Amino acid sequence: MAVRLDKPWRDLDAENLARVTGHLGVYQLANDAGEILYIGVAGGRTRYGLKGELAKALDAPPPGVTKFRVEVTMSYRTRHAELLEAYMHDHGTLPEANTDVDPRMLGRLRPGGGPG
Amino acid sequence: MDFALTEEQTMIVDMVRRFVRQEILPLEESMDPDADELEPEVLAGLVEKTKAMGLYGLDTPPEYGGPDIDMVTRVLIAIECSQHRGGLYTPCYGAFGGARQAQLFEANEAQKEKYLYPMLRGEKKVFFGLSEPSGGSDPARAIQTRAVPDGNDHWVLNGTKLWISGADRADYGLVFARTGGPGRSGVSAFIVETQWEGFKVARIVHTLRSSKYATEIQMDNLRVPHENMLGEEGGGFAIANDRLARQRVPYAAECLGPAIRAHEMATEYSKIRETFGAPLSSRQGIQWMLVENEIDIRAARLLVLDAAAKADRGEPYRTESAIAKLTCSESAFKVVDRSMQIHGGLGVAKDLPLERWFREMRIRRVGEGPSEVQKHVIARDIIGGSLR
Repeated sequence: MAVRLDKPWRDLDAENLARVTGHLGVYQLANDAGEILYIGVAGGRTRYGLKGELAKALDAPPPGVTKFRVEVTMSYRTRHAELLEAYMHDHGTLPEANTDVDPRMLGRLRPGGGPG
Repeated sequence: MDFALTEEQTMIVDMVRRFVRQEILPLEESMDPDADELEPEVLAGLVEKTKAMGLYGLDTPPEYGGPDIDMVTRVLIAIECSQHRGGLYTPCYGAFGGARQAQLFEANEAQKEKYLYPMLRGEKKVFFGLSEPSGGSDPARAIQTRAVPDGNDHWVLNGTKLWISGADRADYGLVFARTGGPGRSGVSAFIVETQWEGFKVARIVHTLRSSKYATEIQMDNLRVPHENMLGEEGGGFAIANDRLARQRVPYAAECLGPAIRAHEMATEYSKIRETFGAPLSSRQGIQWMLVENEIDIRAARLLVLDAAAKADRGEPYRTESAIAKLTCSESAFKVVDRSMQIHGGLGVAKDLPLERWFREMRIRRVGEGPSEVQKHVIARDIIGGSLR
């Protein structure tokens, strides 16, 4: 399985949100250029899974966010950590809007390949 | 006693097996590890193929456009269809149609036009609302959702249903509510549209399962027209029970698909993986696990085919259906568990489908009647002396 999410981006709008399900998993938010601005997780405590978390993002998007993509996975905690660590490895810092993550709590990954 | 497949069954099994290996497995290589659906256009392409095979709409009676296959053949298809990562709860991701809400076949003509045919055409999604927080194993007693008449033309429903798959995306569904006194004769069935005032999906219930997550639905003074009662007042439980018993047989058979694949994977892995200078397959401990897998699978397969054959002969098969469900779910879980063990660390990694089958198979021992309830059904027949 690829470390980095490399699925196509979708516009963060009501039409695309209607196709998102309530599964658990991880998601990324990006700007028009496809630059990742936030890496999020829809875990077991969420009411409506990915759909609910992305609905919140649609209501109050972090600055610059226009796109999203998701991965449905029951291993949402470890996958979230992996995506954050891969991003740290690629960029030296967390995504701009991930002020909810303490980088000291993350491990260090050195995945092969480069940023998607 | 001839256990051989007919020529037609052999052909169908080969066709379905090739479909899974050539169409479904390649798709899963790029799908999310816990995905349970395909992009609509991809699914549409696969449905065209299953229609061309003459196998679309597996549990739809022939008079409604389904394939004319007996229960034994249905079981054989179920075993093949589920042999992929998402196969236990979403065999071939719905490319063969599937059970849907078979209770709607009991509908009157007006209800069929409005609710059954759009479902069969794939235009509408439907949920099945039987279980409640008060119980699911014994719905005849546990149902507390009440339906009270309001004049001559409406019923008003109040209550909560739990473990309801797909209600958040359904257009309508079946809700079983108490219109009379305690027990099964007090339960009636209603067709409820999800857009109606008073109906809401309160939450998603996140469980071990990746596929087809469950929801909790709440009905708060939900007004249902009288013409949306399915069948007679007080006849709801019989409607639910008859179809559930029939669906239980292919449901049991589906457990065997992942078990067979897990066992095949474990067998192959044991031949190539070496520890302490020898392949795993040379170790007696591993050999015995593989033998137990083989016997568990063969025994469960014979029992589910026995239930299917009785159904095809028009004989009572409720006990055989219970034996099949009990054996297939419990045995398949053990097979997947042993196969995971043989794979060591790789067995619990998401790189392989084993961990998903393990999680989802655990639920199979509870859903559609837990193992203990199946034993209760069987014991009743044994002690009642009706088993011979």
